[in-house]
Amino acid sequence: MQIQTGVEAGVEGALLKADVRELDFYYGAFHALKRVSMPIYDHRVTALIGPSGCGKSTLLRCFNRMHDLYPGNRYAGGGIVLYPDDTNLLAPGVDPIEVRMRISMVFQKPNPFPKSIYENVAYSLRVRGMRNKSELDDRVESALKGAALWSEVSNRLKELGANLSGGQQQRLCIARALASDPEIILFDEPTSALDPIATASIEELITELKEKVTILIVTHNMQQAARISDFTGYMYLGEMVEFGVTDQIFIKPQKKATEDYITGRFG
Amino acid sequence: MIASASIPSQPMPIGSGISDRLSKKASRHVKERIIEGLLFSAAAFSVFVTIAIVYVLVKESWVFFQTVPLSDFLFDTQWTPLFDDAHYGIMVLLSGTLTSSGVALLVAIPLGTIIAIYLSEFAGFKVREIAKPFLELLGGVPTIVYGYFALTFLTPILQKIYPDLPGFNLLSAGLVMGIMIIPYVASLSEDAMRAVPMSLREGSYAMGATRLQTALWVVTPAATSGIASAYILGISRAVGETMILAVAAGMQPNLTFDPTEPGATITSYIVQVALGDLPHGSIGYQTIFAAGLTLLLMTLFFNLLGYWLRKRFREVY
Repeated sequence: MQIQTGVEAGVEGALLKADVRELDFYYGAFHALKRVSMPIYDHRVTALIGPSGCGKSTLLRCFNRMHDLYPGNRYAGGGIVLYPDDTNLLAPGVDPIEVRMRISMVFQKPNPFPKSIYENVAYSLRVRGMRNKSELDDRVESALKGAALWSEVSNRLKELGANLSGGQQQRLCIARALASDPEIILFDEPTSALDPIATASIEELITELKEKVTILIVTHNMQQAARISDFTGYMYLGEMVEFGVTDQIFIKPQKKATEDYITGRFG
Repeated sequence: MIASASIPSQPMPIGSGISDRLSKKASRHVKERIIEGLLFSAAAFSVFVTIAIVYVLVKESWVFFQTVPLSDFLFDTQWTPLFDDAHYGIMVLLSGTLTSSGVALLVAIPLGTIIAIYLSEFAGFKVREIAKPFLELLGGVPTIVYGYFALTFLTPILQKIYPDLPGFNLLSAGLVMGIMIIPYVASLSEDAMRAVPMSLREGSYAMGATRLQTALWVVTPAATSGIASAYILGISRAVGETMILAVAAGMQPNLTFDPTEPGATITSYIVQVALGDLPHGSIGYQTIFAAGLTLLLMTLFFNLLGYWLRKRFREVY
């Protein structure tokens, strides 16, 4: 993959937050990511698109070392360098828990814990050992406000998170991810289980969130990538086919394969 | 209407494949009925047996309560049905049952839960494949073996620690009973924890939680209803356990909550009487039905409690 000239145009003022460098990844014997490289810019939304099985979720889950949870998964070369540390977060000595403290995640299907709304949001703080009640209260409130959920739940914080609607549950999961002030939030097809109205509210939220945090989102919905992202990477069969400024990718892709996918001739 | 509209206007020729398939197969209908009947009678049989047991217990107990007033049964502090000066205070046997069960649960619930958490959340695939059959084997050891294990192995060890401990005691029997119950608690709790969807664990790990935090703060609460059922089953097993107590606890009716004393439980008393030569219809013989009914009511209570807990804590995930 070569960096498109368009990227530089879109980078103005954007700092590099992370850099995927020739990353190889295996599920057992299956070569799922093949020398993937891509930059992630600070306070920007980067989208990963591509047909099912192309490796976009696999790449996303490398960022918070989710693959470490299952035996047989192997980071086989290259890495993801996180800035400003300039450290490869896939290096063997790096503690995955420390990585996840800084890089949070929102999943495809809303997965609130079987706890109250308050405790769901406080979870990532309690995990970090925060016990001070008033500090917890403040952080929970600001996370819920950040996820545009506070006005809907402020008087029912003790209720189970599962009692909320699907879209509210997903915003609860975003609040949960926000509460600990992460540097990057990973979104793995966050709206694929939601109706169009809930989807619109999540998209709007993501656009607002980039003021505070760097966002990497996997989506199967190309319109969504076009609407909310600043940069887009198109992946196919474990390779990064093309990466660039979103407008460039959608209006004037450099590669024929990207154009075929985006125009719906393929995938 | 739609169906009739789709019938072709031209009739099918008689004897063609289609009309053959529409022939009435009455025999199939009869076969279905027979199978349904067999299935129903199998289900009805278990219901009938339960009703019959309750009927026998209530009928014989009714006769018993004609002679012994209910207030004596509930509040007398002595249980001496075979003496000339007979007393029928069920409290005495109940204290033995509760004390030995209490000891057993103090062993089984913490250990069973810890084992379940380990097997479900920490153990690798291989460890689990080896450990689980062994654990379940522990539940398959005949209780008489456990009884002699308590009497001839554990009690002498305990006597080295407490020299005053009598040879028959509720403590040793209760501890061994706890070991016997561990597999029930551990196995069912583990099943409940493993049923918690992976997405919840991933959510927890993604927030930076450790394995232990995930196990204790997310998986265990999510599996509460299943774990509660496991505990209730453990309690029912402890309350109903007979042989270990008959062998190792002494069968002496003793109103005490001190596990270092000997004692009789409801079940071990029933064994004692059922083995003796008591004439049918005598008041001594009928005590075992009253005791049995008490036991049934206790386990019924725990089952209802378990049912309620399952409903109350059933998690939506």
